[in-house]
Order: sequence, then C-alpha cells, then structure tokens
Amino acid sequence: MLFAVLSIFLGAALSPLVVRVSRQAAGWILGLLPLGVFVFFARQVPTVAHGETVRQSFEWLPSLNIPLSFYLDGLSLLFALLVTGIGTLIVVYAGGYLAHHEQLGRFYVQLLSFMGAMLGLVLADNIYVFFIFFELTSLTSYLLIGFYHTEEESRVAARKALVVTGGGGLALLGGLLLLGQVTGTMEFSEMLSMGAAVQSHPYYLAIFVLVCAGAFTKSAQFPFHFWLPAAMAGPTPVSAYLHSATMVKAGVFLLARLSPVLGGTAVWEGTLGIVGGFTMLMSAWLALRYTDLKQILAYTTVMVLGLLTMLLGVGGEEAITAMVTFTVVHALYKGGLFMMAGSIDHETGTRNVRELGGLRNAMPWTMAGAVATGLSMAGIPPLFGFIGKEMTYEAALHADSFGILLLGVSVLANVALVASGLVVGLKPFIGEQKGAFTREPHEAPVSMWLGPLVLGALGLAFGVYPALIDHSLLQSAQTGILQESHELHLALWHGFSPALMASLVTFALGFTVYATWESIQESGVMAGLGTAFGHGPGRVFERGLYGLVRFSEGITVLFQNGRFRWYLFAIFTSMIVLVGGGLVEAQVGWPEFDGDVAYYEAALAGLIILSTFVAVRTTGRFIAILALSVGGYGVALLYLLFGAPDLAMTQFAIETLTLILLVIVIIHLPGIGEEEPLGVRLRDGAIALGCGALYTVMMSVIVSSPLDRRVSEYLAQNSYTEALGHNVVNVILVDFRGIDTMGEITVLTIAAIGVYVLMRMPRRNAHAEADDEAPAEEGAASTAE
Amino acid sequence: MLYSLILRVAARLLVPLLLLFSVFMMLRGHNLPGGGFVGGLVAASAFVLYALAAGVQQAREVLRVEPHTLLGVGLALAYGAGVLALVLGKPFLTGLWLHPHLPLIGDFHLGSALLFDLGVMLVVVGTVLLMVFSVEDRLPGLVEE
Repeated sequence: MLFAVLSIFLGAALSPLVVRVSRQAAGWILGLLPLGVFVFFARQVPTVAHGETVRQSFEWLPSLNIPLSFYLDGLSLLFALLVTGIGTLIVVYAGGYLAHHEQLGRFYVQLLSFMGAMLGLVLADNIYVFFIFFELTSLTSYLLIGFYHTEEESRVAARKALVVTGGGGLALLGGLLLLGQVTGTMEFSEMLSMGAAVQSHPYYLAIFVLVCAGAFTKSAQFPFHFWLPAAMAGPTPVSAYLHSATMVKAGVFLLARLSPVLGGTAVWEGTLGIVGGFTMLMSAWLALRYTDLKQILAYTTVMVLGLLTMLLGVGGEEAITAMVTFTVVHALYKGGLFMMAGSIDHETGTRNVRELGGLRNAMPWTMAGAVATGLSMAGIPPLFGFIGKEMTYEAALHADSFGILLLGVSVLANVALVASGLVVGLKPFIGEQKGAFTREPHEAPVSMWLGPLVLGALGLAFGVYPALIDHSLLQSAQTGILQESHELHLALWHGFSPALMASLVTFALGFTVYATWESIQESGVMAGLGTAFGHGPGRVFERGLYGLVRFSEGITVLFQNGRFRWYLFAIFTSMIVLVGGGLVEAQVGWPEFDGDVAYYEAALAGLIILSTFVAVRTTGRFIAILALSVGGYGVALLYLLFGAPDLAMTQFAIETLTLILLVIVIIHLPGIGEEEPLGVRLRDGAIALGCGALYTVMMSVIVSSPLDRRVSEYLAQNSYTEALGHNVVNVILVDFRGIDTMGEITVLTIAAIGVYVLMRMPRRNAHAEADDEAPAEEGAASTAE
Repeated sequence: MLYSLILRVAARLLVPLLLLFSVFMMLRGHNLPGGGFVGGLVAASAFVLYALAAGVQQAREVLRVEPHTLLGVGLALAYGAGVLALVLGKPFLTGLWLHPHLPLIGDFHLGSALLFDLGVMLVVVGTVLLMVFSVEDRLPGLVEE
C-alpha cells in the first residue's frame, strides 16, 4: 500500500516531463498510473470481502514513535477504489480539457499530488499520518482551486477553501490527539474496539466536537458549506474530482472511520442527524436557484454530503447500507455530470442551463453519459441512483426515532434532487437549440466523453445487476463502519414497500418541480433562500476575514509604530515592572557592599559614571556617542581586571565597531538642539534610573547567592579530555554548546541581511521625510519613489 | 569629511598586521584567550579601518569577495563541521579529531572545531562588513574618495 501511495506522488513528480514529451497523450499516459493502482486495489477485493483486513507498518519517525502505517479494510478499500478509479478518468479528461493550457504540467503535478494525499488519507492507520494526508489534501486542493490564479474569483475561492478546511484540520488534530490519549494508541485499527471506553470518558464530548469540526468543514456541512460552491472556480476536472470521490468525502470518511469509536451516542445521533439533515434539505432546494451547471451540481454535492452525514448519525444496519450505497452512487454520477458540464462549457462556451438546449445531435456521446448519470442522480430506475434512494428511505423507515421526520426530510430533499438531475442531465440536450453560443457546438474529444460514459454505464450496470458489488465491496465497507458483519443485498425491485411509495411520491413531485423549474427559480422564496444560505455565509466569512486582518493591522501598528523611543520605553518599562516586581515579591533588599575596593577599580568606576553623565548632558550627538564608548571601554577594562580576557577582548572590538557604525550614521543627523520638555526628561530619567537600580540589585543577588559550580567544574575538568582545548570559554563555544553558537551565527547572518535590505530600501518620499516620526511602515510602503 | 594622509599610510601598514593577528587569535583560541568570534571582529576592524582611510570602494576591492559570500561560506563551514560528524554516524556537531604526527612540529591535533571556528569567524567578518558597507553606501560622506 505504501508503494501505491508513493507511486502516485512519484507520478506527480514526473508528470511535467510526460507533458513535455507528449502533450497530446499526457492524459492517457498518466492515467495508466492511477489505473494500475486501481487494479492493485481491485485485486484486494476478494481478500477483504472474506472479512480480512490488511495492516502494513513501516518505520518512519521511530524517535517520535510515528510509523507509516496503513490499514486496508472494507471502508478504506471502497474509498481507495473510488479515488483511483475516478481519478483515472479525471486524469484522462483533464488531458483533453486543458490540452491547450500552457501549464498542463503544473496541473498534473497538483492533481496527482492531491490524489496521492487522498489515497494516503483513506488508507492511513496512524492518526498522525492520517492528519498529515488530511492537511495535504487541503493544501493541494488550495492549489487546484486557485489554478487559474490570474483571476481574482479563483484566488478568493481557494483562500476560502484553505481557511475553512485548514481551520477545521487544526480542530481535528486536537480531537485526534485527545483520542489517542484516551485510547492509548495512535492507530485507528486498534481504536475501533474501544468505543465503549471512549464514550464513557470525560473527554468524549471534547473529542466529538473537535472531530466534527474537522469533518464538517471538510465535508461542507452547514454552516461551513459555502466554500464548496465557491470552489467551482477551479478547472472543471478539479471540481469533478473534488466533488465526486475526494476532498469533501474525506470528512464523511473520517466520520465513518470513527463511528465505531464515537458513534451511537445521543449527541452523535443528534448532531449528525440535525446538521446533516438540515444541510441536505437546504442545499437540495438551493440548487434549484441557480442556472450555472456547475453551481447546481455543487449544491447537490452539499446535499449528498448532508445525506451521508445524516445517515452516519442515524446509524444501524439500514442507514449504513444506504450510506455506503449512496457514496458509490454519488461518486459515479457526480463525477460524470461535472465532466459533462465541463465538456458542454468547453464546446459551446456557456454553462448556463437557460441558454442550453438541443445539443443531442451535436454531442451524442456526451449526451449518452449525461443522461445516464443525470437519471441516476434523479434516482430513476433502473439506474443505481434508484437503489440508493430506496435504501435511504428504508433507513429512515427503520430509524429508532424520528423515522417519519427523517423520511419527510429525505423525500423533500430528493424531490429537489430529481428536478436538479433532470435539469442538469437532460435539459441541455432536449428541446430546441437556443443559439447564442459563442462557439459552434460540436462533440468533445474522446478523452472528455469517455469519463461520463464509463461512469454512466457503471451506474446502469450496478443498478440492473447490483450483485456486482453489493456482497463484495459494499458489505465489507459496511462491516468496516459497523464493525459487525451483516448480509448486504441490493435489488431494484423490493416489492410494494413503503419505500417504493415514497419513491413514487418523490417522482411525482420531482417532475412537477422540473416542469415549473423556471418559475420556481424566479420566485421570491428562492431569492431569499439564496441570500440566506447561498451567498450570505460566504459574505459573512469574507467580512470576518477582512475584519481579522484589520484587527491585526491595528495591533501591529499599536506596537510597531516606527517610533524608536516608544520601543525602548515599552521594553524597559516592562522589564522594570516584571523583573522588579519579581524582586519585590521575593523581598530582595538593596545590596550591602563589603570588601575592599582597589583605587584603580574606584577610578574605573568613576570614569564610567563620568562618561555616562557627559553622554546625558551633552548637546552634540557626536560627543554623546564618544562618551558612551568611553563607558563601554571602561566596562571592558573591568572584565579584564576580573579575569575574563575573552570577554574583554570581544567587548573592545565590538565597542570600536559600534562606535564607527554609529558615527557613520550620526554625522547625517542634526544636533540634539533644544531641550525636551521637562516632563519627558523626568520620565526618561526615571526609566533610566529604574533600569540601573534593577541591574544593580540583580547583579548583587546573583553574586551573593551561592553558585552551583557543578556545571562549570564539569566543563573545566573535561575541556581538555573531551575537546582537547585548554581555553574553557572557547571550548564551550565551539564544542560543548556548539549548537548555541550555530544558532547565534545564523541570527547574526539574518541581522546582517536585515540591515542590508533596510539600507537598500528606497528613500521615503519628501512628505514622509519631513515628518521624522512617521511610522516606518509608511516609509516601506511608499516604494514608488 | 575625513582625509588624513597619516591614517591612510598607517592603515596600509596596520591592515596586514591586523589580519595576521586575527588569524593568530582564531587559532590560539582553543587553548588561550581568543577564538573565532574575536578573530572575526579583529579582521572586520581591519577592513573597516581600511574603509575609513581609503574609502569603502577600496576596502571592497581589497576584500575581493562580497560580504554576503563570507556569510554563506561561513555558515556552510560551521554547519558542515556539524554534518561531518553526522556523516560518520555520530551525533550532530560531535568534535572530530585527527592526530597526525608531523615532522618538525611533532604531535599535532586537528579538529573539526577549527572548521567550526573558521565558519564563526567568516560569519562575523561578513556580518560586520555587510552592515558597515551597506550603511556607508546608503549614507555616504564619512570618507572622501
């Protein structure tokens, strides 16, 4: 399994090369890779269908105890097949769709990386590995959605997706870590049997909320659903892939994976049921509000995600049967329909359903795929979608509580879905050609109609003959979720059951809605729905984001206002308050000096004090700098007197170089000139005295407290034996604490580059220069001059 | 603003001596006061002195390489000294020693610490000179060229 995942990433790395060699055939060649992986997983089906699970573990970060472990059970196998199978068709499709785009190579890198991440996600056993792949899908989908990065809409959509799913990912990390702490294992496969222990644990609620935050954002549940319809700004192959088999399914997958651990409680059933049900109903009807093919499809995806979430919340044999069935149903038709929408857009120049019609002659192959997938979406027999819908109704009828409510909500949502399916899958092809196409409509190349056709055919085959997958694939997936095996048998004909009645009602209402679609769309109710749930949440999000940026800007300007004096003021006063407060609290008294002071020591101290006094009182900057340096040299001499020659040497050299640097700068500044107002001088004086007093007390505390000499003795004893050096100071620098030194020289380098860059920045404009205390940001921003 | 024939002549004599002294400081550092940091500062002062006496342009020419290069090479040497141990399967930055017996000199210890210290020295020289040169570039006037 490791090699399956790695090979996809390897393919991503090689894809630009493939595109360079053969742009025309790139899609077909690269499609072989996911196809091969698909075949590999398809061959695992019999093993897994026997109830076996495969676990592989590779050493990755042994020091952190994180193995690269994978777990293949029915659930992950089902998703792995969807990811690679639909992925194959998408890769082929993209070869046709973006054939003339100059950055096709870059696109394939991103697409295949995304596929690899998604595959890794569904197969991961270790929660860290899972999380890394989870975040990787967020990052790569950010790149994919923003692929047309010259358009603002794409960038906004990509950012939206990244912030929402990335934010949810952080919550998820917290939830997973807590889960790991509670269960004592970091492997999903070992957690699965610990459901009871987790659910009785006090952390259960926290884990549940955090995991849900991750899953709901990823799977676009209300109120986080707004990023998904926006994400259609990406290229159509991306939308097709994101919506059908990957990305948004990651949240559902996560919930399914953890449902044996977290599921079955009242809070699980309530939250997932209500959030999922509401999302389903809201977005199903919202889809009818739009005329853009991709937008309609996007909202119906949200609807299905709501349905899947709701079914996971309901739980139990029937609901999970419906959930796994609908996952496949949806992957097949949504992938196909998105590709179809892209083909129509590509060949006619529009995606507006109202402008489309009568394409049956121009695009027969596309139509075949579209009708098959569209009818499956509408849930019309004998397509697989019909079975999916029947199973949903069965699940609602078998639910422990609120069965009628669930059924009602499901029927209502499915009515809208029937209409959407017909609008998308049928309407563009029937009726009269409406003209107004920017291009003469013609059939798409084979690479672009193959996908919808294959998926449509599969939808038909699974509908007519569900035995193809029900026992093998779906049942083992269900076992993976429920952790207990049930006989799973699907059929088109269930007899005259209540579910069939519900289906008939759905059809009747659905066709009515379809017939009156245009008038429904223009109604005020729909407009209100669109504002409240369509654009509204996205707008609130954007506003919040900008508010946040403004807030942090305000904070930054407050602290980084470009006034050097303010920085010093802030640093020194906080030091006095914090450290001084600590000293007062510890009841440290004013030091008492004893011992003899030699005359030269006293003279040196006098010199330092004198130089400080001169520096404070002088009106010439030059004199002030020189006086400060005299103080610095005095301190260096003190070091020398007290036996620290290394320190003294360094201090001398630094003092000299600082003096020179300051002089270079100082000669350009005007004199200090008139005196500051008395208040300001008193304030500065108080701060200066406070600092001095603080240091005096601190030094005396340090000197008078008994030194722990163990470390220095160790270093002194071992400096020659361990590092062959007699100068302990230098041995500490280059050997014992070498990493510190390494960090320091790195910081030095960064500081030097910082000075270099600052000095190279264009001068401020005349206005800013006149106002000497203008914020530094302003100077940086006015780069025009 | 500043032109002094005495300084200029003195600098010519002093700079080579200072540079020699800086290498000496760096090498003796392991056993006696000194080391890469001080050595680097002394070497940097030599170039700064030359810049004061003869102008930044002249100093740049004497230096021959750009200060950035010194930063990069210095960091590479220091990290390289650490990685060297890693390559030999020891923890990062373990001191490595060779003990060749050289004719005339006798027993001799050659350690990766020397490489590390040389890196430190180059970074210090590069840092100081990059700062001084770029400030002087921006605010010319101290030295008449």
